[in-house]
Amino acid sequence: MTEYSTVEARLYASIALVRRAEEVISEIYPSDKIKSPVHLAIGQEYIAAAVIDHLRGSDYASGTYRGHGVYLAKGGDLNSMMAELYGKKTGCAQGRAGSMHLVEAGKGVIGMSAVVGTGIPVAVGHALAIKQQRRNDVVVAFMGDGSTEEGCFSESINFAALHKLPILFVVENNRLAIHEPLHKRWAADTLTERVATYGIPATRFLEPDVLAIHEHVGKVIDDMRTEAGPAFIECHTHRWYEHVGPCEDYDQGYRSLEEGEQWRAKDVYVTLGQSLDEKEKAQIDQDIEASIQAAVEFAEQSPFPAAEELYNYVYA
Amino acid sequence: MSTPNTSRLLKYFDALREGAEQAMDADSSVFMMGLDIDDHKGIQGSTKGLVDKFGPERVFTTPLSEDAMTGVAIGAAMAGQRPIHVHIRMDFLMLCMNQLVNIAAKSHYMYGGTVQVPLVIRTMIGKSWGQGAQHSQGLHSMFAHVPGMKVVAPSNAYDAKGLTMQAVRDNNPVLIMEHRLLYGTEAYVPEEPYTVEFGKARVLREGNDLTIVGVSNMVMEAMRAAELLAEQGIEAEVIDPVTISPLDFDTIEASVNKTGKLLVVDNAWLNCGFSAEIVARVAESENISLKPAVKRMGFAPTTCPTTPSLEDAFYPNPKTIAITAYQLASGKQDWVPADDQCQLAYQTQFKGPF
Repeated sequence: MTEYSTVEARLYASIALVRRAEEVISEIYPSDKIKSPVHLAIGQEYIAAAVIDHLRGSDYASGTYRGHGVYLAKGGDLNSMMAELYGKKTGCAQGRAGSMHLVEAGKGVIGMSAVVGTGIPVAVGHALAIKQQRRNDVVVAFMGDGSTEEGCFSESINFAALHKLPILFVVENNRLAIHEPLHKRWAADTLTERVATYGIPATRFLEPDVLAIHEHVGKVIDDMRTEAGPAFIECHTHRWYEHVGPCEDYDQGYRSLEEGEQWRAKDVYVTLGQSLDEKEKAQIDQDIEASIQAAVEFAEQSPFPAAEELYNYVYA
Repeated sequence: MSTPNTSRLLKYFDALREGAEQAMDADSSVFMMGLDIDDHKGIQGSTKGLVDKFGPERVFTTPLSEDAMTGVAIGAAMAGQRPIHVHIRMDFLMLCMNQLVNIAAKSHYMYGGTVQVPLVIRTMIGKSWGQGAQHSQGLHSMFAHVPGMKVVAPSNAYDAKGLTMQAVRDNNPVLIMEHRLLYGTEAYVPEEPYTVEFGKARVLREGNDLTIVGVSNMVMEAMRAAELLAEQGIEAEVIDPVTISPLDFDTIEASVNKTGKLLVVDNAWLNCGFSAEIVARVAESENISLKPAVKRMGFAPTTCPTTPSLEDAFYPNPKTIAITAYQLASGKQDWVPADDQCQLAYQTQFKGPF
């Protein structure tokens, strides 16, 4: 485990790893070596980094099909992730998951789902198990704004609040569900207020203020370990890339480049990086490039699973 | 199998409760959740008293949120617990379909064997007294269709307990399909814990003239029909598959090879259903030398009505099963059993072969 001189350096390292890994995935993608749809979280990485920085190995995090950031921030192995994207036997699910179902149970990465919202109650179930097992671990469930429209979102928060379960719900509100903007889906842009009516602390972050999110979540999770019950945060953010695939798509007309430029001007990867000691930043960047290069080589050199492995793991 | 002197006659719902109780005694990670399981009725007695014994942390009701509650049970199972999620009617499982099909059944595979979902779903088919369209469905084929799910259908109290205990031990999602009309039936049930093996059919009655495969309470109705047939000199072999998935096809295959005639009586519609699966496997089998004569019975291809005059025509019953089996076995249409004999089956308690 690398030691960093400051919280900022640690968060930067987490963000930069995801940013650079996804940029490399985007570069490789046209070669068709990656055998999986990819949903890139470029621009949104800071949220998972800020929140997961407070988690221990025995805590759980659940993400979505846009889950590379959650997987890596929680300690998921980069080699296993890259190999999984390549469909290789050395992948985190031996080529059965692709990018959309990343998992690393040993690191507390709950398996991710490609059906929007589906992972939310599963994360709550992990929190129920923690309570029943008398552990003081916690769960963080990451989700997008679209998932809050699913019935199981409200059902899950109600149940978690009722049983005072140790779970933090984190909505990464990029104001898009695939290509549909928020105003075509919500009657009122008051998600945080709605959630507060379940009787749990609910906080909104309109800006990509990674340190403010980090500080807030630190307090929330400390309280949660001493039976404070669930909490909720909503982080407004921006998806730089298309819903699925390796490209930007501002030219498609469903959203404006102006909006994108406003967010890009506040890119946490850049601003946080600029705040670091130059030498430390250079070392972090160098280590990340080396690890990504190694992961790509690992994935390319790994074998595909043999056809007869098709029938493995149908039943436990 | 236990020694007979520790058995006593026990009702199906008591056997369900005892199986869960003994599973919870044996393993502190087992817990039970479901709407109304802790109320004064206790799911027609099948969960009664459990909250008093194990407390509200291990036995608790849920909000009316079947979708999320199924996900919660799955998540708890992934994290090392062994939930039993109870639904008082199978129709309500439609609200759980996404979690059961997309997560529970697939997780072990989709996550490369690194995750297990030892989840038990208890659910009950209703029938009669106006249960109607949304309280009567036998939807086992939908679940058995999906790799990763196991589906079992106890037809008697002995299996109700033994399958419950086996389901809790299994490391996969297991759906236990119960039947309301079987709740009051009695069988000899050992007092001590035991399990009933999955993937092992039971030959309840041997015969050479035709094979009848019954599902859930249709086992009981087929047994009554077999008694009526015996009075006509026709010996039916009655098979209870016990587990829908995995299916013990070998036992069915051996019987059909012997009798050359097969009647499948499902507790469900026929279209794309479990009865079609059995017949298809018989047709594909390379071990059945002669092409058997085959018939299927099940729900009428309609929605289930509430009024008795229509509902009577919706379900197979001992009379229609006997008539169909008689024609299949003898090739003749010269016998119809008397109504009073056929009605006995609903009232006569099935005590099972144990």
